[in-house]
This record gives sequence, structure tokens and C-alpha cells, in this order.
Amino acid sequence: MSQEMTSLPDAPLLVAEGLAKYYGSRLGCRDVDLTLHAGEVLAIVGESGSGKSTLLSLLSTELAPSAGHVSYRMRDGEMRDLAALSEAERRLLLRTDWGFVRQHAEQGLRMAVSAGGNVGERLMAVGWRHYGNIRQEAADWLVRVEIATERMDDDPRTFSGGMRQRLQIARNLVTRPRLVFMDEPTSGLDVSVQARLLDLIRQLVEEFGLAVVIVTHDLAVARLLSHRIMVMKSGRVIEQGLTDQVLDDPREPYTQLLVSSVLAA
Amino acid sequence: MTALARTASGMPAITYNFAYLDEQTKRMIRRAILKAIAIPGYQVPFASREMPMPYGWGTGGVQVTAAILGANDVLKVIDQGSDDTTNAVAIRSFFETTAGVATTTRTRDATIIQTRHRIPEAPLRAGQVIVYQVPIPEPLRFLEPRETETRRLHALSDYGLMQVKLYEDIARHGHIATTYAYPVKVAGRYVMDPSPIPKFDNPKMDDSPALQLFGAGREKRIYAIPPYTRVVSLDFEDHPFAVQAFAEPCALCGAKGVYLDEVILDDKGGRMFVCSDTDHCATRQAEGHTGSMSAPYGEGQP
Amino acid sequence: MMTDPNPEAKLSGDAPAPSLPSPASGRGFRPRSSPVMHAPDAQSGLTSNAAAATRTDAPPLPLAGEGWGGGTPASSQGTPLLLVDNLGKSFTLHLQGGLSLPVVAAVSFAVHAGECVALGGPSGAGKSSILKMVYGNYRVDQGSVQVADAGALVEVAGADPRLMLRLRRARIGYVSQFLRVIPRVSALDVVAAPLRAEGVDAETAKARAGAGLARLNLPERLWGLPPATFSGGEQQRVNVARGFIGSQPLLLLDEPTASLDAANRAVVIDLIHEKKAQGCGLLGIFHDAETRDAVADRVVDVTRFSA
Repeated sequence: MSQEMTSLPDAPLLVAEGLAKYYGSRLGCRDVDLTLHAGEVLAIVGESGSGKSTLLSLLSTELAPSAGHVSYRMRDGEMRDLAALSEAERRLLLRTDWGFVRQHAEQGLRMAVSAGGNVGERLMAVGWRHYGNIRQEAADWLVRVEIATERMDDDPRTFSGGMRQRLQIARNLVTRPRLVFMDEPTSGLDVSVQARLLDLIRQLVEEFGLAVVIVTHDLAVARLLSHRIMVMKSGRVIEQGLTDQVLDDPREPYTQLLVSSVLAA
Repeated sequence: MTALARTASGMPAITYNFAYLDEQTKRMIRRAILKAIAIPGYQVPFASREMPMPYGWGTGGVQVTAAILGANDVLKVIDQGSDDTTNAVAIRSFFETTAGVATTTRTRDATIIQTRHRIPEAPLRAGQVIVYQVPIPEPLRFLEPRETETRRLHALSDYGLMQVKLYEDIARHGHIATTYAYPVKVAGRYVMDPSPIPKFDNPKMDDSPALQLFGAGREKRIYAIPPYTRVVSLDFEDHPFAVQAFAEPCALCGAKGVYLDEVILDDKGGRMFVCSDTDHCATRQAEGHTGSMSAPYGEGQP
Repeated sequence: MMTDPNPEAKLSGDAPAPSLPSPASGRGFRPRSSPVMHAPDAQSGLTSNAAAATRTDAPPLPLAGEGWGGGTPASSQGTPLLLVDNLGKSFTLHLQGGLSLPVVAAVSFAVHAGECVALGGPSGAGKSSILKMVYGNYRVDQGSVQVADAGALVEVAGADPRLMLRLRRARIGYVSQFLRVIPRVSALDVVAAPLRAEGVDAETAKARAGAGLARLNLPERLWGLPPATFSGGEQQRVNVARGFIGSQPLLLLDEPTASLDAANRAVVIDLIHEKKAQGCGLLGIFHDAETRDAVADRVVDVTRFSA
């Protein structure tokens, strides 16, 4: 693709075509096409086993698709097929231009490493070698995610669930990624803690123009954060569109069931 | 190549191959060593054998030494810088018995030096081989428990994690508190655990004329630093690597700029600092150097 | 505000959509063969000349039958800001055995710059649904909803979500019936958000938001608080301030004066007049007849379209 084509502000950031994943004969997901632009927040909703987490893993290259392609517009503007990236390129992408906020903080954090070290790791991985600068940047990010700098040298085992998730966010955003994957980032948290986290995510998304793919079973989370929504059932996308349109005027029986099952989403 | 020993009754004793290991095993180990030399700092897996000593007693180093030992070699074995501690004595006698090679305590006379936790003070020279006993060869192990992942990190030169460990040191202690097994980068490529030598010894690895081999028996890894290879200790720009400094010279030989052991003299707080490298200390004393607690007339010294 | 100096040239040049007016018609807009906009039903009771006569600050409502073609200059010229054509909608309730619930059918009307069009009809007639379809909040089953954008009309029905979001940011404002509160976001930030989305700097946006809230008599001590704990009237004032702060040329109003007292109702009426004066087009639902009479230039009786 020519530079001119790809550098248009309207060029998509992430494109998936015909994605499918089979675990043996069991279907993970199939026939998924999606296009994500810079600054766009896409929610993938559905119940357990609907294939939404599989899809997230395919998009984020954690799983290799059984069929289909995922491509991404790199920072230099070039659209690359992610399957064709070398492992080194893929990792660089994962720790610089991408983030991944996981449901279980212990999978997204180094639990035995201090909060500051958790945030600083990506910086050190991309070559930062000045302790004072790393520490300052980490401290700034902790403040941003509302973690007191006094807790900087404590490890996340001593943190509450909400703090751990906020720490994960700081750890991911410190390299200013353009795309962040989130897998049920608020589930398992108390309602008030959830609200605070959602608000923080919303602010950061806005401030940094992040593109986000968020998997959630919570329609209220999708409503609050996302521009667009994809409803998955039995491994397929059954309905998609503007978030408020899909939630306020659901067309598919399953989506109507989902929407009617929650209180004031 | 067979070392025969006879019992007092003249009956043939159990016969061991030269240097204990069979020739096929030695070849296998030599191949691993060659590969390790070819890829400085890279951990080469090898089929570590059961040795007649427990893991942790230097089985990796012993296998490497056995594989490179020739009949004309002169072997020195040190443990924490000392030639006369149990581990050093046992391994030295092991090779005296199984290979019949000459042994020495003199660093400069040795062709092969097997060591646990030190590099001799006397500079090594070209042609010498130093064999390190290694308990845990993987420098990333305590940060990343998965072997598959650490291998991948090495393959991709993805060493941010190593830096995290040093960061944690400074965050918790105000300085890099790692004082031994201090990670190094070899030839600008692989990050390597130098075995639990004090970081004081790290600069000696850099650009050394000697061949440096590392053997981990339990973990089944061999790695190497070829002669004259760049070995850099990891650090931060604003917290540069620095070796330990000692306030006083050796109490026995007056040596400065060497690594000292603290020796407790009594239960009233009395103590002294002496060279950890016993050969170095003895050589200096023989040359007439004295320290603050030297015996007045050179009595009691070998 | 976008006033198009030469709308017909633009229309003929840029937007050859089938439902666009023919340049030869000589009138700004004439969809298809029959004018769809006027409400010839004189019995609708929704146009009140009496109310218009008592007002001095608003132009008189067009008489029934006058249609938009003969209305005020502002509403009769140029590309409409909104063109609704043969719009139809029904809900299929799969959870009720696939029950189909018709909402509206064959809705056609237009909104031009500088006019306020009221949707009339009893509750349940589908007025809110029409607003929601225009805003892209409800899907369009039939017909088209077109919104002026950069001198052309773009289709809202089935629009790509990104297009719809851009239209909302730049072209279509919406004052809903209720404020959707976002946890932890202050009233001031709620109001400033549309300006921030337009790219206005934070300080200016907050200053203008404050002015809006002040005008609607929301005590300043509340500005820094999230509106979740506000009373219904206070929340609605935040909602109105937010809805009117943007510079979108088309503004949809769903009962903007519900739960407001008389003083604040008057403020809303002023705000609507100001928007009209700026050349915005407004489409609203006003249950309060006094407000409707004070602001509406025309009434489109939705019952005519009820499916």
C-alpha cells in the first residue's frame, strides 16, 4: 500500500478479515470482520463461551487464527499482516504501541515487582537506562491513575483489586500505545471501584485518543466506554453497530434478551 | 588414558577412565563447550551426568574440567578464593585420583583453574582456562520462572526485565544491592549470570586473555566467554556499576584493591579482613609484604 | 453557522441523490412530486395563531396549508438541514413471540435553517422515535433521513457508526429527556464535553459551560459535583446546557422544558430563539403548549404518520 494511502487520517488502525478459530473441532469464533480506527472504542459483548475472548486473543496475536488475517497500521504508517511479523517485531509492538489490560491483574502485572518497577518495565524494555527518569515517568503515571506515589515501592500484592487494575493501566499506557485491548477489566470489582476505574479509562481514552477493543459481558460498561459494539453468540458476530443504537434498538432476539436482562444498561 | 590404581594387596582396583568420564561423554561436553565459545554468553544445554558427588558441589564445573583436562595440565581448584576448603580439596583430589594430573595452588602455574565463587586476584594469562561452577545459570530465572519464556527473552535480546531487577534494587535499597552473581552482557548480545562471584570480580571477566567456561550440572547448561571478549556489567546511567571498596588493606599481606573476607576473631567484636584469595595472600607474604596483623617474624606462615 | 450562498449549484454538483430537489424547480427544495412537509390538517390544533399573535419576539407560525414553501425566507431557501422522507419504523419484539410493534410509517418532512419544527401528536405517536432515528439512536427500517453536511445531504439511515458519530459531533445536537449521568464527571465537565469534542480548549469550554449553567440558574456550588445526586430539575438544566452549548446546526429537542420551572422554561425559550437566529434548525417535542407556541414555526403532526 502506498504511503499516501496509508497515512490518511481515515486509514484504519486494525483490520480483521474472515477471522476464525477452531480448537480441534470445537468452534472458538468464525467469520469475524472488523475495522478499528484510531481513537475508536469497540466493545465486544456476549456471554461466556460466545467467542469474545477468543476473538480478543486473535486480534492481539496471542492466538493464531485458523483462518483469516489481522493487519495493523504500524507507527510508520505501513499496514502489516500481523501473522507476518517476526517475533521480535511482534513483541516490540505489544510493549510499545499496544497495551493489554487483563481481567486478573496477576496475569498482567509482575506481582513481586514494585508498582514503580511494573510501570517502568516497558520503558526499560525499550531502552531507558536512566533510573531517575524511569522513576519520574513511573511516578507521573501512578499519579495519573490515582495511586499515591508513597505506594510506588510497594508491590501489587499489597494493593486492592481496583488499585491493581489501575496499575495495569499505567503499566500499559506508559509507552503511549495507540491500541489497548481490555479483557473484562472491571469484573470482579465492587460497584464503586468499578465506577472509578471506568471513569479513569474513559478519561485516558479521551486524553490519548486511544483505540480500544474491550471485551465485557457488562452492557453498562460497553455503554459507558464504547462507540461501537459487537454482539457475539456461539462464536459469531450476530449484531453490531453504534453502541447506543444496538443497546436501545436491538434487533436480534439474542441481543434483545441480553439488553432486557440487565437493569438500565 | 586409563589411570590405574592398585590396592595395598596389589589387586587391581576399580578402574576409572581418565578424569572419570568416558570418552563419549567428554566428546559430548566438548561439543557443547565449542558451541558455547562460538556463541558467547549463550547457555548450551548438555546431557549432564551423574557425578560421584552431590549437586551443588560443583558437578557442572567438574564435568567441564574433566572434558578439557589433558595429562599435561596443571589444575588449581579454589572455593571462595581458597585452595584449602573442603570443596576445593575434594575436587582437587578427585582429579589427582582419576586423572593423575599435577595440581597446584599457584594461579600463575595452573593451566586450568576450577573455581567456585571467585576469580583469582593474579591476572589470568592467555592459554589458561578458568572453569566456573554454576548453581543457577539463568539470570532471568527469579524474574521469569518459565524456561520457555526466558529462552525467548534471550533469543530476542529482550532484557528489560533484567533491568527491572536492578531498578528494584535501587528502589528498595537506594543503590544496586546485588553484590554477587551480578548480571553481565557478553559481547553485546547475551545477558549472562557470571555465577555467584562477587561483583568485585566482574571487571576481571572483561577482555580477559583466558578462556572462561561455565558449567551448571543440575541445570544441565554450559556457557562460555572466549578470550578477549567484552563483558559489561548492567547498570543505569545515573547508578553506574561499581565494585566494592574496602576501607582497610588485607590484615595479613597489606594488599589493597583485592577482595577481602571478614574473619571473626572472638565474641567481643574482634575481627580482621584478609585476602579471600589465599594463594595471592601467601604469595605476597612470601614476597615480604605484611599487614597490620601479620605474625612478627614470619613465623607460622608456610 | 453554515449558510450556503449557492445551495442549488452545490446540490446539483455534489449530491445527486434521488430525493434531492431538482435545480430546475426554482425552489430550494421539493422532494418528489408532492410536497411532503406541510401539515394540511387544520384540525391538528397544533398551530396556534392566537399564541403567535401574543408574541412579539417570534415570527408568526405559518398557516396550515402554507407549507414550508411559502414560509419565512429562512425556512424556504437552501438545502434543508434535515430531510426526512418516507420514514418508517417498527419494533419486532422477539421476546414476545416476535410481536411486531409498528411505530411510524411514511414520515416525511424537512427542517430548514432558522426554523423550529415541532413534532405534534399524543404520547405514543412516535415523536421520540423520530428524533431518535434522526440522531441514529434508533435504526431506520424504511425511508431515509438526510442531514446537511458540508453542503450536501448525507444519509443517516444505515450510516456507518463513524459517520454517525461525526454527524453527532458536528451536525446534530440532541437534548434528551433525561440526563444520562456518568459517574464522577462534574456538571461543568458534562456540559463542556460537546465543546471539547469539537476541539475547543478546556479552559474556554469550561468557561462557556459555566456561563450556560449560570444562565439556567444552576447554583455554582453544584458545578463541580457529578449530577447523579441532583434533583430532576437540576439534572435537566445540566442536560439543556449541554445540549445547547455545541455549534451543531441541527438541534433535536425531546421535551427540553420538562421538569423545569417557569423561569428556566423562559431561558430555554430564549435559547431556542437564539439558535434560530444563528440559523440553526430545530426539531422538537414540546408537551408544554406554551413553550411550543413560543418557539415552533410549524408543527408536524405525527399522528398522520402513525403506522
